[in-house]
Amino acid sequence: MNRFTQLLSLGRMPGNKTLPFVAILFAVTLLASLGNLLVPEGSALHVSTYTITLLGKYLSYALLALAVDVIWGYCGILSLGHGAFFALGGYAMGMYLMRQIGDRGVYGNPVLPDFMVFLNWDALPWFWLGMDQFWFAILMVVFVPGLLAFVFGWLAFHSRVTGVYLSIITQALTYALMLAFFRNEMGFGGNNGLTDFKDLLGFDLQSDTTRVALFALTAFMLGLVYVISHLILKSRFGKVIEAIRDGENRVRFLGYRTERYKVGLFVYSAVVAGIAGALYVPQVGIINPGEFAPLKSIELVVWVAVGGRGTLYGAVVGALLVNYAKTRFTAILPDGWLFILGGLFVLVTLFLPKGLVGLVGQVRARFKPAKPSEESAV
Amino acid sequence: MKRLLRLATGLLATCGLLFTHAAFAESLFEQRLGELTEASLAETQALLEALEAEGDPRLLPLFDALFNGNLYYIEADQTLVAADPNSGTAPFTGILSGDVVASLSEDDVAKVRVNNRLRRYLNDALARLKLTAADPDIRIAAVNELLSQLNANTVAQLDALRANEQNANVQKALDTALNLYTAQSSDRVGERVQAIHALSGSLQNAVRNALARLADDATAPEAVRIAATDSLKRIEQKFTFYSYVNQLFFGLSLGSVLLLAAFGLAITFGVMGVINMAHGEMLMLGAYTTFVVQQLMPNAINQSIWVAIPMAFLVAGSVGVLIERCVIRFLHGRPLETLLATFGISLVLQQLVRTVFSPLNRRVIAPDWLSGSWQINPALSLTYNRLYILIFALIVFAVLVLIMKKTSLGLQVRAVSQNRAMAKAMGIKTDWVDALTFGLGSGIAGIGGVALSQLTNVGPNLGQSYIIDSFMVVVFGGVGNLYGTLVAAFTLGVANKFLEPITGTVLATTLVLVFIILFIQKKPKGLFPQRGRAAE
Repeated sequence: MNRFTQLLSLGRMPGNKTLPFVAILFAVTLLASLGNLLVPEGSALHVSTYTITLLGKYLSYALLALAVDVIWGYCGILSLGHGAFFALGGYAMGMYLMRQIGDRGVYGNPVLPDFMVFLNWDALPWFWLGMDQFWFAILMVVFVPGLLAFVFGWLAFHSRVTGVYLSIITQALTYALMLAFFRNEMGFGGNNGLTDFKDLLGFDLQSDTTRVALFALTAFMLGLVYVISHLILKSRFGKVIEAIRDGENRVRFLGYRTERYKVGLFVYSAVVAGIAGALYVPQVGIINPGEFAPLKSIELVVWVAVGGRGTLYGAVVGALLVNYAKTRFTAILPDGWLFILGGLFVLVTLFLPKGLVGLVGQVRARFKPAKPSEESAV
Repeated sequence: MKRLLRLATGLLATCGLLFTHAAFAESLFEQRLGELTEASLAETQALLEALEAEGDPRLLPLFDALFNGNLYYIEADQTLVAADPNSGTAPFTGILSGDVVASLSEDDVAKVRVNNRLRRYLNDALARLKLTAADPDIRIAAVNELLSQLNANTVAQLDALRANEQNANVQKALDTALNLYTAQSSDRVGERVQAIHALSGSLQNAVRNALARLADDATAPEAVRIAATDSLKRIEQKFTFYSYVNQLFFGLSLGSVLLLAAFGLAITFGVMGVINMAHGEMLMLGAYTTFVVQQLMPNAINQSIWVAIPMAFLVAGSVGVLIERCVIRFLHGRPLETLLATFGISLVLQQLVRTVFSPLNRRVIAPDWLSGSWQINPALSLTYNRLYILIFALIVFAVLVLIMKKTSLGLQVRAVSQNRAMAKAMGIKTDWVDALTFGLGSGIAGIGGVALSQLTNVGPNLGQSYIIDSFMVVVFGGVGNLYGTLVAAFTLGVANKFLEPITGTVLATTLVLVFIILFIQKKPKGLFPQRGRAAE
């Protein structure tokens, strides 16, 4: 009974928007899926497969934004290289999908992907071994970004690289990876990346049901990660993380090994980004080195900034809104999108330090008698 | 009396003959020149040989033009003229006068014809003429040209020349040629070995090839082969050395571009704590300014760069001041937010340029004095544009250091960077200093853009490709430290160019980035960190 009233009160619990968020996500996913699968085409309620794929893409972006928000909004670490973790997860999934093509490729080689045949390779490189197993690929989706984040975070946080320096070297990290992945010799398809996928676990990637299933899976993962992130950040660990954001030195003087907390959160965030990439690739059908471009990584920081950092749902709202706007505007005004994106950067940082979700609070604060509120010290 | 008279007439005749001989020689050369236009191909060679016997200094341009098929005569008065050696068309130069004959079109002239037999003769004659030319550089070039076609005839000629040669450099070239001939065809082994040893100082390709042939020649005496291998090794060492010098030069020129790009960043971040992500676009604006200036003065490309440099400084600088006044001053003390906002500005600027100038790359024409290269020796030549950019970057550096150390603006800038609050309390207008600092940093990036436009095409993504590298330079060198920036830029540039041949371009860039990431772990504040209370 108690639980039921909680559910009805929809987030009247202070600071807890988890339940309504998950409920809305669940409802929308269900409606969209049913609208695609059950409602016949031509009906006004029919949701096209294109829309489903688009929604799935947005949701995996939202998952990525969530990963950035966890590390930036709650720990004050502005990573300009999260696209790297996203792309690494995507590449792991892409390699699995590539191996699933089998002999249906252009060259009909049952083992080697097309681009390797094209480059006259005669055997799979060692890092492709095991990628035909789904469980192994999923393991890599989590493991590779996690490992990179661990090594990078360990080095960076132990030598107390902070603030702008950290942002710049994360940017350099993704830039270096981009240059490396653009090389044909790397064994990841070079410039073209991995594409031409056929099926996933035996399900045809082009069929409506697979697409809806992927979309639903993405929504499920988003909900799950949201709840887990919420639990982490509400825990004692999360409190320390927020304390580090507001005054790392003080936390350190209290006896906490702050770098361990930061490394832990950074790895978690990278793993989430990797999962987002793995969900993104089968829905979009391609992964290429462009995902490592510094611009992409910075763009996703804007999603979070527009939505409002430091609130998990803000990141999701921002990712969905900006990407929807991007889809619309690049169609209407192909040349204007960079103006809009650039303008968003400037306007949001100047006028909406707490993002769109903070706008309500900003407006309310204007009409209420001034009450000293603490600015987040980032 | 009769005898006396005969004597007088004889004397007179001799005098007259002597006098007329000088005048006659002058006219003979010109007269034969005149015959050239009417002579048949069969007669021409004899005529040319007669001309060569005259030994006139004007022969070289004449033969040169004839050999290259650039010799024409004006149909009206049979005057010989040479066409432009590069294009083979107008403007024409008078052979006798050496002046450009203006207002002469291709319809007024007819070509002096040559055949292959004549060309062969001319080729040899040109070599002979060049070997005795007045300019030592021409003589050296002629000797070096002969290296690959030495025979008993030419060697005898060179030997004779060597005896009279005064210029040390020409002597050296002649010695090389003579030694090369001795090394290849003397019948005394000792002489050959000695000659081969003497050759080890030469960098000529012909020498290198000949020695390689000798070292592999199974019929040659053992001592000769050993000596050739030995000399070859020494020559190869020299070549390796010069290729290192060349790489070093390329590295330094890349470093100087990085330096120009990174100065502004170093200043703005050092003084204001602002990471300006739009900095790359200031480079781009400078490069586009160069392009626009050239469009505005198409007839004075060589001079346009002197207009472009101050213009680029002004354009980029004023955009910088505008950005500072409109955006950055509201974000004081929040470096991460300025980073985001300026990134937004960079996107807008890029798109603006794309809209105004089209997304295609634009080519900026380099002035004449920037093209070509400085040939130091056969193993080493430095291109002028890179050389001048290196010098230019150092000049900009010197000027910047002077501004920072000697002007009141520099004093105020340093005061603000060390302790903003204190500086403000002392009456320094920190707002004003901020705007000027930002303008200065952006303006220097604009100047860097002018330099860049001489190396690559100008496009909307120009800035993007340099921004991350410039960040690396600033971070590596220690933020806000001009000397650190200088050292870091050159170090990174050189490291990059030395890695490239081993690992390939892309991997070199990646390795340098990874190195810097690791370096920052060790020294988070860069090579030359700011010390004292000012730091943090």
